Amino acid sequence: MTQDPSDSTIIDGVHYHQFDIVIVGAGGAGMRAAIEAGPGAKTAVISKLYPTRSHTGAAQGGMAAALANVEEDSWEWHTFDTVKGGDYLVDQDAAEILAKEAIDAVIDLENMGLPFNRTPEGKIDQRRFGGHTRDHGKAPVRRACYAADRTGHMILQTLFQNCVRLGINFFNEFYVLDVIMSEVDGVEQPAGVVAYELSTGDLHVFHSKAIIFATGGFGKIFKTTSNAHTLTGDGVGIIWRKKLPLEDMEFFQFHPTGLAGLGILLTEGARGEGAILRNASGERFMERYAPTIKDLAPRDIVARCMVKEVAEGRGAGPNKDYVYLDCTHLGAEVLETKLPDITEFARTYLGVDPVTEPVPVMPTAHYAMGGIPTNVNAEVLRDNTTVVPGLYAAGECACVSVHGSNRLGTNSLLDINVFGKRAGNNAVAYVQNAKFLPLPEDPAVFVRDMIEGVRNNPGTERISVLRKELQEEMDTKAQVFRTDESLDSVTKTITHLRDRYMNIGVQDKGRRYNTDLLEAIELGFLLDLAEVVVFSARNRKESRGGHMRDDYPDRDDENYMKHTMAYLTGDPHSSDAADHIRLDWKPVVMTRYQPMERKY
Amino acid sequence: MSTATIDAPAPVDDALKPFIVTLIVRRFNPELDDEPKWVDYDVEMFSTDRILDALHKIKWEQDGSLSFRRSCAHGICGSDAMRINGRNRLACKTLIKDLDITKPIYVEAIKGLPLEKDLIVDMDPFFESFREVQPFLIPSKKAEPGKERIQSVADRARFDDTTKCILCAACTSSCPIFWTDGQYFGPAAIVNAHRFIFDSRDDAAKVRLDILNDQEGVWRCRTTFNCTDACPRGIQVTQAIAEVKQALMRGKP
Repeated sequence: MTQDPSDSTIIDGVHYHQFDIVIVGAGGAGMRAAIEAGPGAKTAVISKLYPTRSHTGAAQGGMAAALANVEEDSWEWHTFDTVKGGDYLVDQDAAEILAKEAIDAVIDLENMGLPFNRTPEGKIDQRRFGGHTRDHGKAPVRRACYAADRTGHMILQTLFQNCVRLGINFFNEFYVLDVIMSEVDGVEQPAGVVAYELSTGDLHVFHSKAIIFATGGFGKIFKTTSNAHTLTGDGVGIIWRKKLPLEDMEFFQFHPTGLAGLGILLTEGARGEGAILRNASGERFMERYAPTIKDLAPRDIVARCMVKEVAEGRGAGPNKDYVYLDCTHLGAEVLETKLPDITEFARTYLGVDPVTEPVPVMPTAHYAMGGIPTNVNAEVLRDNTTVVPGLYAAGECACVSVHGSNRLGTNSLLDINVFGKRAGNNAVAYVQNAKFLPLPEDPAVFVRDMIEGVRNNPGTERISVLRKELQEEMDTKAQVFRTDESLDSVTKTITHLRDRYMNIGVQDKGRRYNTDLLEAIELGFLLDLAEVVVFSARNRKESRGGHMRDDYPDRDDENYMKHTMAYLTGDPHSSDAADHIRLDWKPVVMTRYQPMERKY
Repeated sequence: MSTATIDAPAPVDDALKPFIVTLIVRRFNPELDDEPKWVDYDVEMFSTDRILDALHKIKWEQDGSLSFRRSCAHGICGSDAMRINGRNRLACKTLIKDLDITKPIYVEAIKGLPLEKDLIVDMDPFFESFREVQPFLIPSKKAEPGKERIQSVADRARFDDTTKCILCAACTSSCPIFWTDGQYFGPAAIVNAHRFIFDSRDDAAKVRLDILNDQEGVWRCRTTFNCTDACPRGIQVTQAIAEVKQALMRGKP
């Protein structure tokens, strides 16, 4: 909306722009990076959506920071909770940064104008959330700073407002599809990105010194998900296709309280305010599984318990296939003032009034713990230690790893702010001394071939049919519980779907707002990433955090206390994934905390 | 309490029986058409499905070229504001069961913004109006380094309603003044000005009030309440505009 056309030149129908820093994605991480980058370097933010449509806006419950505004708290406790919550696969140096910088991150947002809920003294109010505890697990602590149950919405709006204040250059509805890599002294470095302009079908090359990926997650590999339709893992997929590694892809979080059958998120903040999970007989079943913190156990544990209750016949409803979130004792005032949005979601989409009735819920695919490996400076890694100069990633698309094998609620809104800011600052420092690398002769050729290939493919397969099959199979076989058998089966399905994808046909052959073509390209990324998720999951023969193997129910620190690193090594279309994916390991950084059994 | 959940309502039986619904969609592809045209589609729906589900069914099963924006699909991203049976709504928040399906359902793009294709309009003019009201906190003094500002619960509540805005444009594009005069700021921009004018931490109310005192500002509002009816977030838009008018007459918030 503010792109300056005078900036660009057109050569052979392709638009060329030059910016010091290009940020791909305009959600929380991207715009937080832009707020640092904009004043220090010539910056562009490119998004396939309008910025305020980004899925940060759907986050509800809060953002963790040990402000100690309402009770005693410390960043060290927060670090411990994050490490334990991630089932010890968290890099502890990164978790310490996350917890320490959380305090400034919240203050930054308040200073930028975010309307947090307030305590009677006028300070930022805080609420309880799953896995956040006082003094290393003794009791739940009030650590989540919040704005009703639209904290993500307020963060997204506040960051966008501040981008407007700073005059950040946005390229809205531009779909980035490639990173241009140039070789410098034998080392591959990014020289820019190529984007497809949705409104015109034109191609744009953004020549740049530094690139920050902030493209979010890929929950649409699953059918039941809290994720937006647009969360198709494009950024993670671009990095993968460039043969850069992806870390810990087997770890996906299933949020316990999705509206049954729909997957729409009901915040954990509801349980933070006192809501209770019950099975068909009304039993508060979490008391059996996590006697100390009960319904406020971390998400992986609660999700497993819910699925178990249903599997063992204690589910509610005509098909006994969900449990209840009971908010009825909270009273209308708490629901209307602190949880108004989820109250409305239940009313609108299920016709259930949480004030008087329990709400049917089941786990919903929510968050990718894995993604593009980075160090604590948000620099992208090409192996376990080597940085790709000028390439950064932050937010859900990245894996620092602050979340290990299971993210705590409220740590993602924190992650995007802490590491988005770091990415922006570090990119500014980098471009001061960096040069624009020469572009290849026709930098847009790869994207042009991809788009025209899809547009003109004379195939007969429908995108929606393939996508539905993928999503349903992933829900059945790679969700909360997994086995060798289920993962083998879904692997075969994905291979078959990838073959059929070669035979797709789109009906819309036009250039303007061709969302048929867009969905086809998105499906390509989903298939690639689903394959990596499942391939990594098969290889981890243990249960840890969000990765629960029915056939290997225990955590195995001896063999698996390490991150998975997946590399694309061969022809991605070869039928056996093992022919084109190589898996390796990366050590976990441990500083203060030795792994212990995870009890709550 | 512990047994209260046993008798909880099962999803209504109607939800299990699909039926045919006719949608009549105003289609326009500038690459092929001179004029927009209305096209009928029959789709099999459940009563708990949303209009967005119906549009997806058309796109995914009948005509892949049907174009519309959508993202979160539960009313928080603001992508899919459109005119459904003549009223501005979000397609993802409009359930089939809440419409009269004995008649066809008419779906078209929101009005007053340039039509790009099918249900997609150019949103840039809308966001330009938003930008013009200086929609960001302009504090009187810098906060102490590393410290939050203090704000009372009552002061925070004063502007709560207008913080809910998702910039979907349902209000602005339902406004008859905006239809006839595209220069008018429109309700959404005024709502976002209100959000800061009444924030106790902000000190630039005067600047924003001056902007809205312009001939294309709040005085164009004729209080038809279309905007309030259209808002999918339940914001009392007309009241917010009235509060800005009163602040202008007082000369302060």
